[in-house]
Amino acid sequence: MAIGSVGVATASRSSSLRTRVGELLDREQWLGPIFVSPALVLLLLLVAYPFCMALYFSVSNAFIGRPSHFIGIRNFINLWQSDAFRQTFQNAFVFCGAAVGAKLVLGISLALLLDQQLWFKRLIRGAVLLPWVIPTALSTLGWWWMFNSLYSVVNWTGLTLGLMDPPGPNWLGQKYYAMTAVVVVNIWRGLPFFVITILAGLVAIPRELYEAAEADGAGSFARFWHVTLPLLKPVLAIVVLFSTIFTFSDFNIVFVLTHGGPINSTHLFATLARQVGLETGRIGEGAAISLYLFPVLMLVVWAQLRFVRKQAY
Amino acid sequence: MTRRKLTRRIAMHLLLVPFLVFALFPFYHMVLTSLKQNKELYDRNAVPLLISQGPTLEHYTKLLWETAFLTWTKNSLLVTMIATSVSLVIATVAAYALARLQFFAVGSLGTGIFVTYLVPTSLLFLPLAQVVNWLGLGDSKLALVVTYPTFLVPFCTWLLMGYFRTVPKEVEECAMVDGATRIQALWRIVLPIAVPGLVCAALFAFTLSWNEFIYALTFTSSSDQITASVGVTSELIRGDIYYWGSLMAGAVLASVPIVVLYVFFLDYYVSGLTAGAIK
Repeated sequence: MAIGSVGVATASRSSSLRTRVGELLDREQWLGPIFVSPALVLLLLLVAYPFCMALYFSVSNAFIGRPSHFIGIRNFINLWQSDAFRQTFQNAFVFCGAAVGAKLVLGISLALLLDQQLWFKRLIRGAVLLPWVIPTALSTLGWWWMFNSLYSVVNWTGLTLGLMDPPGPNWLGQKYYAMTAVVVVNIWRGLPFFVITILAGLVAIPRELYEAAEADGAGSFARFWHVTLPLLKPVLAIVVLFSTIFTFSDFNIVFVLTHGGPINSTHLFATLARQVGLETGRIGEGAAISLYLFPVLMLVVWAQLRFVRKQAY
Repeated sequence: MTRRKLTRRIAMHLLLVPFLVFALFPFYHMVLTSLKQNKELYDRNAVPLLISQGPTLEHYTKLLWETAFLTWTKNSLLVTMIATSVSLVIATVAAYALARLQFFAVGSLGTGIFVTYLVPTSLLFLPLAQVVNWLGLGDSKLALVVTYPTFLVPFCTWLLMGYFRTVPKEVEECAMVDGATRIQALWRIVLPIAVPGLVCAALFAFTLSWNEFIYALTFTSSSDQITASVGVTSELIRGDIYYWGSLMAGAVLASVPIVVLYVFFLDYYVSGLTAGAIK
Protein backbone atom coordinates (compact mmCIF):
# COMPACT_ATOMS: atom_id res chain seq x y z
CA MET A 1 0.00 0.00 0.00
CA ALA A 2 2.71 2.43 1.07
CA ILE A 3 4.86 1.52 -1.90
CA GLY A 4 1.93 2.15 -4.21
CA SER A 5 1.22 5.63 -2.81
CA VAL A 6 4.88 6.67 -3.14
CA GLY A 7 4.79 5.57 -6.75
CA VAL A 8 1.67 7.60 -7.42
CA ALA A 9 3.09 10.65 -5.68
CA THR A 10 6.31 10.60 -7.77
CA ALA A 11 4.36 10.07 -10.91
CA SER A 12 2.05 13.00 -10.23
CA ARG A 13 4.96 15.25 -9.24
CA SER A 14 6.93 14.44 -12.41
CA SER A 15 3.84 14.82 -14.57
CA SER A 16 3.06 18.21 -13.00
CA LEU A 17 6.67 19.26 -13.68
CA ARG A 18 6.25 18.10 -17.23
CA THR A 19 3.01 20.01 -17.74
CA ARG A 20 4.61 23.08 -16.22
CA VAL A 21 7.58 22.86 -18.62
CA GLY A 22 5.11 22.12 -21.40
CA GLU A 23 3.06 25.21 -20.56
CA LEU A 24 6.23 27.28 -20.45
CA LEU A 25 7.28 26.02 -23.88
CA ASP A 26 3.86 26.87 -25.25
CA ARG A 27 4.33 30.53 -24.42
CA GLU A 28 5.93 32.48 -27.23
CA GLN A 29 7.91 34.80 -24.99
CA TRP A 30 9.68 31.75 -23.52
CA LEU A 31 9.90 29.41 -26.50
CA GLY A 32 11.29 32.14 -28.77
CA PRO A 33 14.40 32.92 -26.73
CA ILE A 34 14.99 29.21 -26.06
CA PHE A 35 14.90 28.45 -29.78
CA VAL A 36 17.14 31.37 -30.68
CA SER A 37 19.70 30.85 -27.93
CA PRO A 38 21.89 28.14 -29.57
CA ALA A 39 22.37 30.32 -32.64
CA LEU A 40 22.88 33.38 -30.48
CA VAL A 41 25.50 31.74 -28.25
CA LEU A 42 27.37 30.42 -31.29
CA LEU A 43 27.41 33.78 -33.02
CA LEU A 44 28.37 35.70 -29.89
CA LEU A 45 31.26 33.34 -29.13
CA LEU A 46 32.58 32.79 -32.63
CA VAL A 47 31.62 35.95 -34.53
CA ALA A 48 31.09 38.85 -32.11
CA TYR A 49 33.92 37.91 -29.76
CA PRO A 50 36.53 37.36 -32.52
CA PHE A 51 35.40 40.63 -34.03
CA CYS A 52 36.19 42.43 -30.76
CA MET A 53 39.52 40.60 -30.72
CA ALA A 54 40.21 41.86 -34.23
CA LEU A 55 39.51 45.40 -33.02
CA TYR A 56 41.93 44.92 -30.12
CA PHE A 57 44.61 43.25 -32.26
CA SER A 58 44.51 46.12 -34.70
CA VAL A 59 45.58 48.58 -31.98
CA SER A 60 48.17 46.26 -30.43
CA ASN A 61 51.57 44.93 -31.39
CA ALA A 62 50.30 41.32 -31.22
CA PHE A 63 52.80 38.86 -32.61
CA ILE A 64 52.40 35.08 -32.77
CA GLY A 65 53.38 33.55 -29.42
CA ARG A 66 54.21 36.80 -27.60
CA PRO A 67 52.23 38.96 -25.15
CA SER A 68 50.81 42.06 -26.80
CA HIS A 69 50.61 45.71 -25.78
CA PHE A 70 48.38 48.56 -26.72
CA ILE A 71 50.08 50.75 -29.31
CA GLY A 72 47.24 52.99 -30.49
CA ILE A 73 46.81 53.52 -34.20
CA ARG A 74 50.45 52.83 -35.02
CA ASN A 75 49.52 49.76 -37.11
CA PHE A 76 47.31 51.88 -39.32
CA ILE A 77 50.04 54.52 -39.72
CA ASN A 78 52.59 51.82 -40.54
CA LEU A 79 50.23 50.38 -43.12
CA TRP A 80 49.82 53.66 -44.95
CA GLN A 81 53.58 53.97 -45.09
CA SER A 82 53.99 50.56 -46.70
CA ASP A 83 53.95 50.31 -50.48
CA ALA A 84 52.42 46.84 -50.30
CA PHE A 85 49.39 48.13 -48.41
CA ARG A 86 48.85 51.19 -50.58
CA GLN A 87 49.07 48.94 -53.63
CA THR A 88 46.57 46.52 -52.06
CA PHE A 89 44.15 49.32 -51.26
CA GLN A 90 44.21 50.40 -54.89
CA ASN A 91 43.98 46.80 -56.14
CA ALA A 92 40.88 46.15 -54.05
CA PHE A 93 38.98 48.99 -55.71
CA VAL A 94 40.20 48.18 -59.22
CA PHE A 95 39.42 44.48 -58.76
CA CYS A 96 36.01 45.05 -57.23
CA GLY A 97 34.99 47.81 -59.65
CA ALA A 98 36.04 45.91 -62.76
CA ALA A 99 34.65 42.56 -61.64
CA VAL A 100 31.29 43.79 -60.34
CA GLY A 101 30.81 46.09 -63.35
CA ALA A 102 31.52 43.29 -65.81
CA LYS A 103 29.37 40.81 -63.92
CA LEU A 104 26.48 43.27 -63.94
CA VAL A 105 26.62 43.93 -67.69
CA LEU A 106 27.25 40.29 -68.64
CA GLY A 107 24.72 39.12 -66.05
CA ILE A 108 21.92 41.26 -67.49
CA SER A 109 22.78 40.17 -71.05
CA LEU A 110 22.88 36.49 -70.23
CA ALA A 111 19.72 36.67 -68.11
CA LEU A 112 17.89 38.34 -71.02
CA LEU A 113 19.07 35.53 -73.30
CA LEU A 114 17.99 32.83 -70.87
CA ASP A 115 14.57 34.48 -70.55
CA GLN A 116 13.91 33.71 -74.23
CA GLN A 117 12.27 30.62 -75.65
CA LEU A 118 15.09 28.08 -75.67
CA TRP A 119 15.64 24.42 -76.36
CA PHE A 120 17.28 22.48 -73.50
CA LYS A 121 16.47 25.32 -71.11
CA ARG A 122 17.22 23.30 -67.98
CA LEU A 123 20.48 21.95 -69.34
CA ILE A 124 21.68 25.41 -70.35
CA ARG A 125 20.75 26.86 -66.98
CA GLY A 126 22.61 24.02 -65.28
CA ALA A 127 25.73 24.68 -67.34
CA VAL A 128 25.62 28.41 -66.64
CA LEU A 129 25.34 27.86 -62.88
CA LEU A 130 28.10 25.25 -62.68
CA PRO A 131 31.11 27.56 -61.98
CA TRP A 132 29.31 28.79 -58.88
CA VAL A 133 28.92 25.38 -57.20
CA ILE A 134 32.37 23.88 -57.84
CA PRO A 135 34.90 24.59 -55.05
CA THR A 136 36.53 27.87 -56.06
CA ALA A 137 40.00 26.91 -54.87
CA LEU A 138 39.91 23.86 -57.15
CA SER A 139 38.44 25.45 -60.24
CA THR A 140 40.97 28.28 -59.86
CA LEU A 141 43.68 25.61 -60.11
CA GLY A 142 42.26 24.84 -63.54
CA TRP A 143 42.55 28.51 -64.49
CA TRP A 144 46.08 28.61 -63.10
CA TRP A 145 47.00 25.84 -65.52
CA MET A 146 45.20 27.66 -68.35
CA PHE A 147 47.33 30.75 -67.65
CA ASN A 148 50.57 28.77 -67.26
CA SER A 149 53.54 30.63 -68.74
CA LEU A 150 54.70 27.73 -70.93
CA TYR A 151 51.61 25.70 -71.72
CA SER A 152 48.81 28.29 -71.59
CA VAL A 153 45.83 27.08 -73.57
CA VAL A 154 44.58 30.68 -73.63
CA ASN A 155 47.71 31.77 -75.46
CA TRP A 156 47.65 28.74 -77.72
CA THR A 157 44.12 29.62 -78.80
CA GLY A 158 45.00 33.30 -79.18
CA LEU A 159 48.06 32.51 -81.29
CA THR A 160 46.22 29.95 -83.43
CA LEU A 161 43.44 32.43 -84.14
CA GLY A 162 46.04 35.13 -84.85
CA LEU A 163 44.83 37.36 -82.01
CA MET A 164 48.17 37.49 -80.17
CA ASP A 165 51.80 38.00 -81.11
CA PRO A 166 54.08 35.11 -80.14
CA PRO A 167 54.80 34.18 -77.42
CA GLY A 168 51.65 35.83 -76.04
CA PRO A 169 51.32 37.51 -72.65
CA ASN A 170 52.82 35.97 -69.53
CA TRP A 171 49.48 36.17 -67.73
CA LEU A 172 50.51 35.68 -64.14
CA GLY A 173 53.98 37.22 -64.39
CA GLN A 174 53.11 40.71 -65.58
CA LYS A 175 51.34 43.30 -63.49
CA TYR A 176 48.32 44.28 -65.58
CA TYR A 177 47.84 40.86 -67.13
CA ALA A 178 47.84 39.28 -63.68
CA MET A 179 45.13 41.69 -62.52
CA THR A 180 43.15 40.93 -65.68
CA ALA A 181 43.48 37.20 -65.05
CA VAL A 182 42.27 37.52 -61.46
CA VAL A 183 39.32 39.67 -62.54
CA VAL A 184 38.38 37.22 -65.32
CA VAL A 185 38.32 34.29 -62.91
CA ASN A 186 36.21 36.29 -60.47
CA ILE A 187 33.76 37.15 -63.24
CA TRP A 188 33.65 33.51 -64.29
CA ARG A 189 32.91 32.34 -60.77
CA GLY A 190 30.48 35.16 -59.80
CA LEU A 191 28.47 35.52 -63.01
CA PRO A 192 26.01 32.67 -62.24
CA PHE A 193 24.80 34.46 -59.11
CA PHE A 194 24.02 37.57 -61.16
CA VAL A 195 22.39 35.62 -63.97
CA ILE A 196 20.13 33.45 -61.84
CA THR A 197 19.03 36.27 -59.56
CA ILE A 198 18.40 38.72 -62.40
CA LEU A 199 16.56 35.99 -64.29
CA ALA A 200 14.26 35.52 -61.29
CA GLY A 201 13.63 39.28 -61.40
CA LEU A 202 12.91 39.19 -65.15
CA VAL A 203 10.43 36.35 -64.85
CA ALA A 204 8.51 38.35 -62.23
CA ILE A 205 7.87 41.26 -64.62
CA PRO A 206 4.26 41.02 -65.89
CA ARG A 207 4.09 40.28 -69.64
CA GLU A 208 1.21 42.76 -70.08
CA LEU A 209 3.61 45.66 -69.54
CA TYR A 210 5.66 44.57 -72.55
CA GLU A 211 2.52 44.10 -74.64
CA ALA A 212 1.30 47.55 -73.66
CA ALA A 213 4.67 49.10 -74.50
CA GLU A 214 4.71 47.28 -77.83
CA ALA A 215 1.21 48.53 -78.60
CA ASP A 216 2.47 52.06 -77.93
CA GLY A 217 5.12 51.47 -80.59
CA ALA A 218 8.15 50.89 -78.36
CA GLY A 219 10.98 48.97 -80.02
CA SER A 220 12.85 46.22 -78.24
CA PHE A 221 15.53 48.57 -76.91
CA ALA A 222 12.94 51.05 -75.68
CA ARG A 223 11.08 48.22 -73.96
CA PHE A 224 14.28 47.15 -72.24
CA TRP A 225 15.20 50.70 -71.21
CA HIS A 226 11.78 51.91 -70.06
CA VAL A 227 10.14 48.71 -68.79
CA THR A 228 12.71 46.05 -67.92
CA LEU A 229 15.46 48.15 -66.40
CA PRO A 230 13.33 50.26 -64.02
CA LEU A 231 11.48 47.20 -62.78
CA LEU A 232 14.72 45.28 -62.30
CA LYS A 233 16.29 48.03 -60.23
CA PRO A 234 15.57 46.52 -56.79
CA VAL A 235 16.95 43.14 -57.85
CA LEU A 236 20.01 44.74 -59.43
CA ALA A 237 20.62 46.73 -56.25
CA ILE A 238 20.57 43.57 -54.14
CA VAL A 239 22.84 41.65 -56.48
CA VAL A 240 25.37 44.46 -56.72
CA LEU A 241 25.43 44.98 -52.95
CA PHE A 242 25.93 41.28 -52.23
CA SER A 243 28.53 40.91 -54.90
CA THR A 244 30.42 44.00 -53.73
CA ILE A 245 31.01 42.61 -50.26
CA PHE A 246 31.94 39.14 -51.51
CA THR A 247 34.21 40.44 -54.27
CA PHE A 248 35.91 42.92 -51.97
CA SER A 249 36.66 40.21 -49.45
CA ASP A 250 37.75 37.64 -52.02
CA PHE A 251 40.59 35.40 -50.99
CA ASN A 252 40.55 32.06 -52.81
CA ILE A 253 41.10 33.24 -56.37
CA VAL A 254 44.04 35.52 -55.66
CA PHE A 255 45.61 33.11 -53.20
CA VAL A 256 45.61 30.21 -55.65
CA LEU A 257 46.25 32.12 -58.88
CA THR A 258 48.94 34.67 -58.00
CA HIS A 259 49.58 34.67 -54.24
CA GLY A 260 49.23 38.46 -54.55
CA GLY A 261 52.11 38.77 -56.99
CA PRO A 262 53.83 39.86 -59.11
CA ILE A 263 55.18 42.46 -56.63
CA ASN A 264 51.88 42.82 -54.75
CA SER A 265 50.05 43.87 -57.88
CA THR A 266 47.10 41.55 -57.24
CA HIS A 267 47.03 41.45 -53.43
CA LEU A 268 43.61 42.03 -51.87
CA PHE A 269 42.96 42.83 -48.19
CA ALA A 270 42.31 39.20 -47.30
CA THR A 271 45.43 37.81 -48.96
CA LEU A 272 47.69 40.56 -47.61
CA ALA A 273 46.18 40.11 -44.13
CA ARG A 274 47.05 36.44 -44.26
CA GLN A 275 50.58 37.09 -45.48
CA VAL A 276 51.29 39.75 -42.84
CA GLY A 277 49.33 38.15 -40.02
CA LEU A 278 50.27 34.50 -40.41
CA GLU A 279 53.27 34.13 -42.68
CA THR A 280 55.26 36.91 -41.00
CA GLY A 281 53.41 36.62 -37.67
CA ARG A 282 52.42 40.27 -37.20
CA ILE A 283 48.85 39.51 -36.15
CA GLY A 284 48.19 43.10 -35.06
CA GLU A 285 48.99 44.51 -38.46
CA GLY A 286 47.19 41.63 -40.20
CA ALA A 287 44.03 42.31 -38.19
CA ALA A 288 44.26 46.00 -39.07
CA ILE A 289 44.35 45.06 -42.77
CA SER A 290 41.33 42.75 -42.42
CA LEU A 291 39.41 45.53 -40.72
CA TYR A 292 39.54 47.57 -43.91
CA LEU A 293 36.81 45.21 -45.11
CA PHE A 294 34.59 46.47 -42.31
CA PRO A 295 33.59 49.88 -43.73
CA VAL A 296 32.56 48.17 -46.96
CA LEU A 297 30.54 45.65 -44.98
CA MET A 298 28.86 48.44 -43.00
CA LEU A 299 28.04 50.36 -46.15
CA VAL A 300 26.45 47.32 -47.76
CA VAL A 301 24.49 46.42 -44.62
CA TRP A 302 23.29 49.98 -44.26
CA ALA A 303 22.20 50.18 -47.89
CA GLN A 304 20.46 46.80 -47.67
CA LEU A 305 18.53 47.69 -44.54
CA ARG A 306 17.74 51.24 -45.56
CA PHE A 307 16.71 50.90 -49.18
CA VAL A 308 16.29 47.37 -50.31
CA ARG A 309 14.47 45.68 -47.46
CA LYS A 310 12.25 48.69 -46.92
CA GLN A 311 10.92 48.20 -50.43
CA ALA A 312 10.38 44.51 -49.83
CA TYR A 313 8.07 45.04 -46.85
CA MET B 1 6.45 28.13 -85.60
CA THR B 2 6.92 30.72 -88.31
CA ARG B 3 10.18 30.99 -90.20
CA ARG B 4 10.99 34.34 -88.58
CA LYS B 5 10.48 32.98 -85.09
CA LEU B 6 12.68 29.97 -85.85
CA THR B 7 15.54 32.15 -87.13
CA ARG B 8 15.24 34.30 -84.04
CA ARG B 9 15.38 31.28 -81.80
CA ILE B 10 18.47 29.91 -83.54
CA ALA B 11 20.12 33.32 -83.26
CA MET B 12 19.47 33.33 -79.51
CA HIS B 13 21.19 29.97 -79.17
CA LEU B 14 24.16 31.18 -81.19
CA LEU B 15 24.49 34.20 -78.88
CA LEU B 16 24.56 31.81 -75.92
CA VAL B 17 27.52 29.83 -77.28
CA PRO B 18 30.30 32.21 -76.09
CA PHE B 19 28.80 32.27 -72.58
CA LEU B 20 28.58 28.48 -72.45
CA VAL B 21 32.15 28.08 -73.70
CA PHE B 22 33.33 30.54 -71.05
CA ALA B 23 31.44 28.70 -68.30
CA LEU B 24 32.36 25.15 -69.30
CA PHE B 25 35.76 25.28 -70.98
CA PRO B 26 37.80 25.35 -67.73
CA PHE B 27 36.13 22.11 -66.61
CA TYR B 28 36.65 20.49 -70.00
CA HIS B 29 40.30 21.47 -69.94
CA MET B 30 40.77 20.19 -66.38
CA VAL B 31 39.29 16.79 -67.19
CA LEU B 32 41.29 16.62 -70.42
CA THR B 33 44.56 17.45 -68.66
CA SER B 34 43.93 14.84 -65.99
CA LEU B 35 43.53 12.16 -68.68
CA LYS B 36 46.56 13.03 -70.83
CA GLN B 37 49.88 11.24 -70.77
CA ASN B 38 52.77 13.35 -69.53
CA LYS B 39 54.59 13.25 -72.85
CA GLU B 40 51.61 14.83 -74.58
CA LEU B 41 50.95 17.23 -71.70
CA TYR B 42 54.41 18.77 -71.96
CA ASP B 43 54.69 18.59 -75.75
CA ARG B 44 54.55 22.20 -76.90
CA ASN B 45 53.61 21.20 -80.44
CA ALA B 46 50.56 19.18 -79.43
CA VAL B 47 47.07 20.62 -79.76
CA PRO B 48 45.97 21.26 -76.15
CA LEU B 49 42.24 21.03 -76.91
CA LEU B 50 42.21 17.28 -77.59
CA ILE B 51 43.82 14.05 -76.48
CA SER B 52 45.67 12.81 -79.54
CA GLN B 53 48.16 10.34 -78.05
CA GLY B 54 45.69 8.19 -76.12
CA PRO B 55 44.15 8.74 -72.67
CA THR B 56 45.58 7.40 -69.42
CA LEU B 57 44.43 6.97 -65.85
CA GLU B 58 47.96 7.12 -64.41
CA HIS B 59 47.38 10.54 -62.80
CA TYR B 60 44.33 9.23 -60.98
CA THR B 61 46.03 6.06 -59.76
CA LYS B 62 49.03 8.11 -58.65
CA LEU B 63 46.73 10.51 -56.81
CA LEU B 64 44.82 7.75 -55.05
CA TRP B 65 47.72 5.49 -54.07
CA GLU B 66 50.73 7.76 -53.74
CA THR B 67 49.19 10.77 -52.00
CA ALA B 68 46.94 11.20 -48.95
CA PHE B 69 44.06 12.26 -51.20
CA LEU B 70 41.65 9.70 -49.75
CA THR B 71 42.37 10.92 -46.21
CA TRP B 72 41.72 14.52 -47.24
CA THR B 73 38.44 13.53 -48.87
CA LYS B 74 37.43 11.61 -45.76
CA ASN B 75 38.22 14.68 -43.64
CA SER B 76 36.17 16.87 -45.96
CA LEU B 77 33.22 14.50 -45.78
CA LEU B 78 33.37 14.24 -42.00
CA VAL B 79 33.66 17.98 -41.41
CA THR B 80 30.97 18.77 -43.96
CA MET B 81 28.48 16.22 -42.64
CA ILE B 82 28.82 17.20 -38.98
CA ALA B 83 28.92 20.95 -39.61
CA THR B 84 25.90 20.72 -41.92
CA SER B 85 23.74 18.69 -39.55
CA VAL B 86 24.58 20.75 -36.48
CA SER B 87 24.01 24.02 -38.33
CA LEU B 88 20.74 22.80 -39.79
CA VAL B 89 19.28 21.94 -36.38
CA ILE B 90 20.41 25.23 -34.81
CA ALA B 91 19.17 27.21 -37.81
CA THR B 92 15.79 25.47 -38.03
CA VAL B 93 14.72 26.28 -34.48
CA ALA B 94 16.15 29.80 -34.68
CA ALA B 95 14.44 30.47 -38.02
CA TYR B 96 11.10 29.19 -36.74
CA ALA B 97 11.29 31.43 -33.68
CA LEU B 98 12.35 34.48 -35.67
CA ALA B 99 9.74 33.98 -38.38
CA ARG B 100 6.79 32.96 -36.22
CA LEU B 101 7.04 33.84 -32.55
CA GLN B 102 6.58 37.15 -30.78
CA PHE B 103 9.17 37.75 -28.08
CA PHE B 104 11.67 40.22 -26.71
CA ALA B 105 13.89 41.82 -29.38
CA VAL B 106 12.78 39.43 -32.13
CA GLY B 107 13.14 42.08 -34.82
CA SER B 108 16.68 43.10 -33.94
CA LEU B 109 17.74 39.46 -33.61
CA GLY B 110 16.54 38.86 -37.16
CA THR B 111 18.51 41.84 -38.38
CA GLY B 112 21.53 40.59 -36.43
CA ILE B 113 21.36 37.23 -38.22
CA PHE B 114 21.17 39.02 -41.56
CA VAL B 115 24.23 41.13 -40.72
CA THR B 116 26.32 38.12 -39.63
CA TYR B 117 25.26 36.41 -42.86
CA LEU B 118 27.06 39.19 -44.74
CA VAL B 119 30.26 39.08 -42.64
CA PRO B 120 32.93 37.61 -44.92
CA THR B 121 35.07 34.79 -43.51
CA SER B 122 38.20 36.67 -44.55
CA LEU B 123 37.40 39.39 -42.00
CA LEU B 124 37.61 37.12 -38.95
CA PHE B 125 40.06 34.34 -39.72
CA LEU B 126 43.00 35.86 -37.80
CA PRO B 127 41.30 36.24 -34.40
CA LEU B 128 39.37 32.99 -34.93
CA ALA B 129 42.70 31.20 -35.31
CA GLN B 130 43.52 32.40 -31.78
CA VAL B 131 40.16 31.24 -30.44
CA VAL B 132 40.71 27.86 -32.07
CA ASN B 133 44.11 27.57 -30.36
CA TRP B 134 42.63 28.48 -26.99
CA LEU B 135 40.01 25.78 -27.44
CA GLY B 136 42.89 23.35 -27.95
CA LEU B 137 41.79 22.65 -31.52
CA GLY B 138 44.84 24.01 -33.33
CA ASP B 139 45.66 21.93 -36.42
CA SER B 140 42.61 19.72 -35.97
CA LYS B 141 39.70 19.12 -38.29
CA LEU B 142 37.44 19.60 -35.26
CA ALA B 143 38.33 23.29 -35.47
CA LEU B 144 36.45 23.34 -38.79
CA VAL B 145 33.44 21.54 -37.32
CA VAL B 146 33.28 24.28 -34.69
CA THR B 147 33.88 27.27 -36.95
CA TYR B 148 31.91 26.37 -40.10
CA PRO B 149 28.56 26.89 -38.34
CA THR B 150 29.52 30.57 -37.93
CA PHE B 151 28.66 31.13 -41.59
CA LEU B 152 26.30 28.19 -42.12
CA VAL B 153 23.86 29.07 -39.32
CA PRO B 154 23.21 32.68 -40.45
CA PHE B 155 22.78 31.55 -44.05
CA CYS B 156 20.43 28.65 -43.26
CA THR B 157 18.46 30.70 -40.73
CA TRP B 158 17.94 33.43 -43.27
CA LEU B 159 16.89 30.96 -45.95
CA LEU B 160 14.54 29.05 -43.65
CA MET B 161 12.91 32.19 -42.25
CA GLY B 162 11.73 32.85 -45.78
CA TYR B 163 10.29 29.33 -46.08
CA PHE B 164 8.58 29.38 -42.69
CA ARG B 165 6.88 32.65 -43.56
CA THR B 166 5.28 30.99 -46.59
CA VAL B 167 3.62 28.31 -44.39
CA PRO B 168 0.13 29.68 -43.61
CA LYS B 169 -0.28 30.51 -39.92
CA GLU B 170 -3.79 29.00 -39.91
CA VAL B 171 -2.50 25.46 -40.50
CA GLU B 172 -0.48 25.65 -37.32
CA GLU B 173 -3.23 27.37 -35.33
CA CYS B 174 -5.70 24.66 -36.33
CA ALA B 175 -3.40 21.99 -34.91
CA MET B 176 -3.02 23.95 -31.70
CA VAL B 177 -6.76 24.41 -31.33
CA ASP B 178 -7.02 20.62 -31.63
CA GLY B 179 -4.81 20.32 -28.56
CA ALA B 180 -1.30 20.05 -30.02
CA THR B 181 1.43 21.97 -28.26
CA ARG B 182 3.47 24.45 -30.24
CA ILE B 183 6.40 22.06 -30.48
CA GLN B 184 4.14 19.27 -31.74
CA ALA B 185 2.67 21.66 -34.28
CA LEU B 186 6.18 22.59 -35.43
CA TRP B 187 7.32 18.97 -35.61
CA ARG B 188 4.22 17.43 -37.20
CA ILE B 189 2.77 20.25 -39.29
CA VAL B 190 5.25 23.02 -40.10
CA LEU B 191 8.43 21.02 -40.69
CA PRO B 192 6.82 18.54 -43.14
CA ILE B 193 5.47 21.49 -45.15
CA ALA B 194 8.89 23.16 -45.08
CA VAL B 195 10.77 20.07 -46.32
CA PRO B 196 11.78 21.70 -49.64
CA GLY B 197 13.27 24.58 -47.65
CA LEU B 198 15.13 22.19 -45.36
CA VAL B 199 16.52 20.25 -48.34
CA CYS B 200 17.61 23.50 -49.91
CA ALA B 201 19.30 24.69 -46.71
CA ALA B 202 21.03 21.32 -46.28
CA LEU B 203 22.31 21.39 -49.87
CA PHE B 204 23.67 24.89 -49.54
CA ALA B 205 25.24 24.17 -46.16
CA PHE B 206 26.89 21.07 -47.62
CA THR B 207 28.16 22.99 -50.65
CA LEU B 208 29.38 25.96 -48.64
CA SER B 209 31.32 23.84 -46.19
CA TRP B 210 32.72 21.52 -48.85
CA ASN B 211 33.94 24.57 -50.78
CA GLU B 212 35.25 26.50 -47.76
CA PHE B 213 38.92 27.31 -48.14
CA ILE B 214 40.33 30.10 -45.99
CA TYR B 215 39.41 28.61 -42.58
CA ALA B 216 40.58 25.16 -43.62
CA LEU B 217 43.85 26.62 -44.89
CA THR B 218 44.39 28.64 -41.71
CA PHE B 219 43.26 26.27 -38.97
CA THR B 220 44.66 22.97 -40.25
CA SER B 221 48.00 22.04 -41.78
CA SER B 222 48.96 18.42 -41.06
CA SER B 223 48.36 16.03 -43.91
CA ASP B 224 45.97 13.90 -41.85
CA GLN B 225 43.77 16.84 -40.79
CA ILE B 226 43.39 18.97 -43.94
CA THR B 227 40.38 18.94 -46.27
CA ALA B 228 40.36 18.04 -49.95
CA SER B 229 40.61 21.61 -51.31
CA VAL B 230 43.56 22.42 -49.06
CA GLY B 231 45.27 19.10 -49.73
CA VAL B 232 45.04 19.45 -53.49
CA THR B 233 46.15 23.10 -53.56
CA SER B 234 49.00 22.79 -51.07
CA GLU B 235 50.32 19.23 -50.90
CA LEU B 236 50.27 18.40 -54.60
CA ILE B 237 52.40 21.41 -55.49
CA ARG B 238 55.97 20.89 -54.42
CA GLY B 239 58.57 23.49 -55.32
CA ASP B 240 58.71 24.47 -58.94
CA ILE B 241 57.81 21.09 -60.37
CA TYR B 242 54.07 20.90 -60.86
CA TYR B 243 52.42 17.60 -61.36
CA TRP B 244 49.76 19.10 -63.56
CA GLY B 245 48.16 15.77 -64.41
CA SER B 246 47.58 14.67 -60.83
CA LEU B 247 46.83 18.25 -59.75
CA MET B 248 43.95 18.42 -62.24
CA ALA B 249 42.89 14.87 -61.34
CA GLY B 250 42.70 15.99 -57.69
CA ALA B 251 40.68 19.08 -58.57
CA VAL B 252 38.27 16.97 -60.63
CA LEU B 253 37.83 14.19 -58.08
CA ALA B 254 37.39 16.58 -55.14
CA SER B 255 34.56 18.30 -57.04
CA VAL B 256 32.69 15.06 -57.72
CA PRO B 257 30.49 15.04 -54.57
CA ILE B 258 29.25 18.54 -55.35
CA VAL B 259 28.66 17.73 -59.02
CA VAL B 260 26.61 14.65 -58.07
CA LEU B 261 24.42 16.67 -55.69
CA TYR B 262 24.15 19.39 -58.28
CA VAL B 263 22.95 17.07 -61.02
CA PHE B 264 20.22 15.64 -58.80
CA PHE B 265 19.10 18.84 -57.12
CA LEU B 266 19.63 21.55 -59.75
CA ASP B 267 16.25 23.18 -59.09
CA TYR B 268 16.95 23.48 -55.38
CA TYR B 269 20.23 25.20 -56.12
CA VAL B 270 18.48 27.67 -58.39
CA SER B 271 15.73 28.47 -55.88
CA GLY B 272 18.16 28.67 -52.96
CA LEU B 273 20.47 31.01 -54.79
CA THR B 274 17.71 33.50 -55.50
CA ALA B 275 16.00 33.06 -52.12
CA GLY B 276 19.22 33.63 -50.22
CA ALA B 277 19.61 37.02 -51.81
CA ILE B 278 16.08 38.23 -52.28
CA LYS B 279 13.96 36.99 -49.37
